[in-house]
Amino acid sequence: MLAATNRPLFEWRWVERNADEIVRRLGEHLALTAAALAIGLVVSVALAVLSLRWRWFHAVALGTAGALYVIPSLGAFALLRPFFGLSFTTAVIPLATYTLLILLRNIVTGIQQVPAEVREAAIGMGFTRRRLLLRVEFPLALPVVIAGLRVAAVTTIGLVTVTAMLGMGGLGFFIRQGIQTTTPNPTAIIVGLGLSIVLAVLVDALLWLSERALAPWARKAGRA
Amino acid sequence: MNAFEQALEWLGQPDRWSWTAPSGIPYRTLEHLGFSALSLVIAAALAVPSALVLAHYRRGAFLASSAVNIGRAIPSFGLIILFWYLASRWEVNTSFWPLLLALVALALPPLFTNTYAGVVSLEPESVDAARGIGHTEVQIMLRIELPLALPVVLAGARVAFLQLVATVAIGAIVNNGGGLGRFIVDGFAEGARGYGEILAGGLAVIVLALACEGVFALLERFAVPRGLALSRQATMTTRPA
Repeated sequence: MLAATNRPLFEWRWVERNADEIVRRLGEHLALTAAALAIGLVVSVALAVLSLRWRWFHAVALGTAGALYVIPSLGAFALLRPFFGLSFTTAVIPLATYTLLILLRNIVTGIQQVPAEVREAAIGMGFTRRRLLLRVEFPLALPVVIAGLRVAAVTTIGLVTVTAMLGMGGLGFFIRQGIQTTTPNPTAIIVGLGLSIVLAVLVDALLWLSERALAPWARKAGRA
Repeated sequence: MNAFEQALEWLGQPDRWSWTAPSGIPYRTLEHLGFSALSLVIAAALAVPSALVLAHYRRGAFLASSAVNIGRAIPSFGLIILFWYLASRWEVNTSFWPLLLALVALALPPLFTNTYAGVVSLEPESVDAARGIGHTEVQIMLRIELPLALPVVLAGARVAFLQLVATVAIGAIVNNGGGLGRFIVDGFAEGARGYGEILAGGLAVIVLALACEGVFALLERFAVPRGLALSRQATMTTRPA
């Protein structure tokens, strides 16, 4: 299409000139990711509590989350676009939805993995059901929950770029911008794509470190 | 006129149900499935043999475990645009190859990782027995390891295919085709007038993905021998797209 005039593959000048915009879009990207993860986590915890109480509910919740998980993100954004416009809401609803399957599964698995002896000991010490969940089961499930959170975070960071097709998109904005100008701008594409990958790796590493800090016993026991 | 009415009107337009006109939903559905299937076949031809050989000799475990993580961190939207740009720079046919290449790249990790994991997790007795009765290494790979690992490989193919169906839609942004994603992207370009097309196109993509998931679920139930049925855990090696 537009191959006559090629810009260099990477121009530092462009990065310097657009530093403010890059920081702004990076913030937008992080905000969308954080909002989606927070909503997903709250909903998943609620679903997990109900799932642990009723087996049938767990099957229904997992099945629904699994079906929602295979919905193409562009289709989901398209479905919401006429109703919520080009808003944060349109972007966050599908992003949060995709985290449910991973988070719900890991929270339930994590809690079910708590050894029966530990649970019995806590009950023997007079823990109520709620205190057992909050003080014993959740903390012990933490490594598995954070493992799920890592997958969800990396996934969400990649998906946020797709919202650029609606004209939003955090770092995806640059990817889109790269082919929208009359002369394609490879620097914008590389910055958008590269920063999105770097962000995913950094957030993943940060969550991994937080797991080590919050659940040091998991390392000692030799669990990954 | 609200978005629903607009969508109904759009669905009632002439040619909308044509198998041969580019404005037809059936035509775009076939295009969508064809592109996804082509990418899956190419990716499988690359990933399955290499993972089979590496897993047989127990090499490349790190690659197998990190492939999915790398795949997850790379945004498909960015990859499609980057490949499109590189193709236009080298003056290749820009409506076909870059999207195909991006799709193949995205389908590789789940296929590679699942094939690898499927072979490595086999009980060593079956391989030892095959060796004991004089099978060569190639025979062991093709007649023992691949068939026994097949359910896990198919689970990877299912995940990869659904990811492809979602990504083809995104490809509409750079592609003259783009399957059902075409309607969504064209609708976006028209602002509020395009709401009907956006809504109907979005629904069509979602229905297609759910239908594919359903077909795969049935296939898995009927095609995989009960003794080889695998846990649901093994099927979730990737991400939505």
